[in-house]
Amino acid sequence: MTNPYLPYEAEVIERIQESPTLFTLRLRFTDPSVHDAYRFAPGQFNMLYLYGVGEVPISIVSDPIDEQILDHTIRSVGRVTRGLSDLQAGDRIGVRGPYGRGWPLTVAEQRDVVVVTGGLGCAPVVSVINYIMRRRERFGTVNIVQGVKHADDFIWRERYEQWQQAPDTKVLIAADLGMPLWPWHVGHVTDLFDELQFDRERVIVMMCGPEGMMRVVVNHMQAQGVGDDDLWLSMERNMQCAVGHCGHCQYGDKFICKDGPVFCYRDIRNLFGVKGF
Amino acid sequence: MTDAVQYLERDGLQDLIQGLQKAGYHCVGPQIRDGAIVYDSISHVDQLPRGYSDHQSPGQYRLQQDDNPRCFAWANGPQAIKPYVFAAEETLWRSLRDTAGELQFTEHVVDVGPLAIIGVRACDLAALYLQDKHFLHAEPRDPGYLARRQQLLLVAVNCTHPAATCFCASTGDGPRATYGYDIVLSELDAGYLIEGRSQQGLTLLAGLPTRPATQGQLEQGDEESHQAVAHQTRRLPGHNLKQALFANLNHARWEEVAKRCLSCGNCTAVCPTCFCHAEQDRPALDGTSSDHVRQWDSCFTQGHSYIHGFTLRANTAQRYRQWLTHKLGSWHDQYGRSGCVGCGRCISWCPVGIDLTEEAAAICGDGEP
Repeated sequence: MTNPYLPYEAEVIERIQESPTLFTLRLRFTDPSVHDAYRFAPGQFNMLYLYGVGEVPISIVSDPIDEQILDHTIRSVGRVTRGLSDLQAGDRIGVRGPYGRGWPLTVAEQRDVVVVTGGLGCAPVVSVINYIMRRRERFGTVNIVQGVKHADDFIWRERYEQWQQAPDTKVLIAADLGMPLWPWHVGHVTDLFDELQFDRERVIVMMCGPEGMMRVVVNHMQAQGVGDDDLWLSMERNMQCAVGHCGHCQYGDKFICKDGPVFCYRDIRNLFGVKGF
Repeated sequence: MTDAVQYLERDGLQDLIQGLQKAGYHCVGPQIRDGAIVYDSISHVDQLPRGYSDHQSPGQYRLQQDDNPRCFAWANGPQAIKPYVFAAEETLWRSLRDTAGELQFTEHVVDVGPLAIIGVRACDLAALYLQDKHFLHAEPRDPGYLARRQQLLLVAVNCTHPAATCFCASTGDGPRATYGYDIVLSELDAGYLIEGRSQQGLTLLAGLPTRPATQGQLEQGDEESHQAVAHQTRRLPGHNLKQALFANLNHARWEEVAKRCLSCGNCTAVCPTCFCHAEQDRPALDGTSSDHVRQWDSCFTQGHSYIHGFTLRANTAQRYRQWLTHKLGSWHDQYGRSGCVGCGRCISWCPVGIDLTEEAAAICGDGEP
């Protein structure tokens, strides 16, 4: 039996500084057979291991069809991520995964899509947006909504501008604090909800970010008549094993790492928003 | 019990230990250490806590010796058999780094020989069943746990002396062992009723100087089990408290118990079903390798709910609520039953004597939501 906790060596192919605190590591498994066998779905995550320091769960940003490289966009905030931030091309780390359940992409086909992200929550959904954009004809109207605290935190501007050019696609961006030449909305992301274009009978909403923000989105969508089955959230908790053993991501009767991180709202509505869980 | 029940003289237990050793088992059994009964390596019946009994109450555990001829006239001490399957600390893997910075990951293989535990109580068998469900019944299975579990032989002893903190009768897990063992004993004043269950158990039994148990001995064994039930005064207010607990997430009692709770994690350390563990890296001093190690963790620690820069469960009320709603509530959905087996350890070993049954009753009332 293979040890489910054992990482595989990966090489940093490129390190990109996205913002003062955000960076992307582009990785490739050093063993080509491991790299070739590796498959993931948007919304899943990997455990990245920094030698001598520890592991941290990071969502995969790449598109599953990008077979060459695995992208992880990380905020430098804790012991491991600060260390990962110091890596350069050529450095080696450990990677194991992918873990968890990703976004309901099959369910979403032929439907209108609303993707809402807040703060630094954009990373877990960028892969889903990429996925949809590359298969644009399979989906209805697409709304991409992103809220950030400070305009500085807004990364991947080119991608959003590019997505905006796609047919039947709406991109709405808001920053609580703007800056000179900020072309988007200044204020809360929720101010923009009236501009969303979707048919509530055939919409699917995917969201990621602070739970307070997701609560607001859920309330808004419910008021619009969107059902709980059509609301999907990516949740975050402390995760150490990623296979449902260590207990840190316990969320009622769920393990976020294994039963999530993407959940249908219906399945977590009893506990969602209750402080302390 | 049936015709298969045999009687073994008290000294015959030594034959059982020797039989196990001969069959290749390292034996572990109850003995006294630091003023408490714990499980440790055993090779002779003289090491058993003969004549000892215990007094337990919320926040209290005391042993006393008298002229009782029995070796198992006590209720469980702080240590369950959990450490023998889910090790308190275990290396998961090692990373090796060469001078070029390249990494190699090597598996840490848990290499343990056959282990026999003598004296296992029904509550701990129920706890083992639950830990098996957690670590083995879903993919991926835990390799360290599996390696230890596969080598385990269990000699149960029906509990005849429950402590004041015990409530296994109310959870349905004791005092009599009904599953999960290889051999079961019922201790009488001069010897043991003994019965094999697994093939290994039956084989071992065949090599012991036993004789068929008499009707009187069987009745004595049954009577002692009934007494062990009758002596239990604590109980949980219902078998499935999930709805009642989750309907009361804002109950004033959570804040009230938090004023007494030290958030020390003793309850989770002695709980035979708690499975939380933390992982950390331990780099070698020469910089060429680093061990990735896991250790038991507790949902009462600050680090347990840490996530990118803040602690999700910052106060004790939230931590106690997390523990109780999980133990008595969410386990039903996750593992098909409550996570509490009624061993009462969390009551005895709580430094301030918080009584889980009392808290559950205060929050759940009679168990109805």
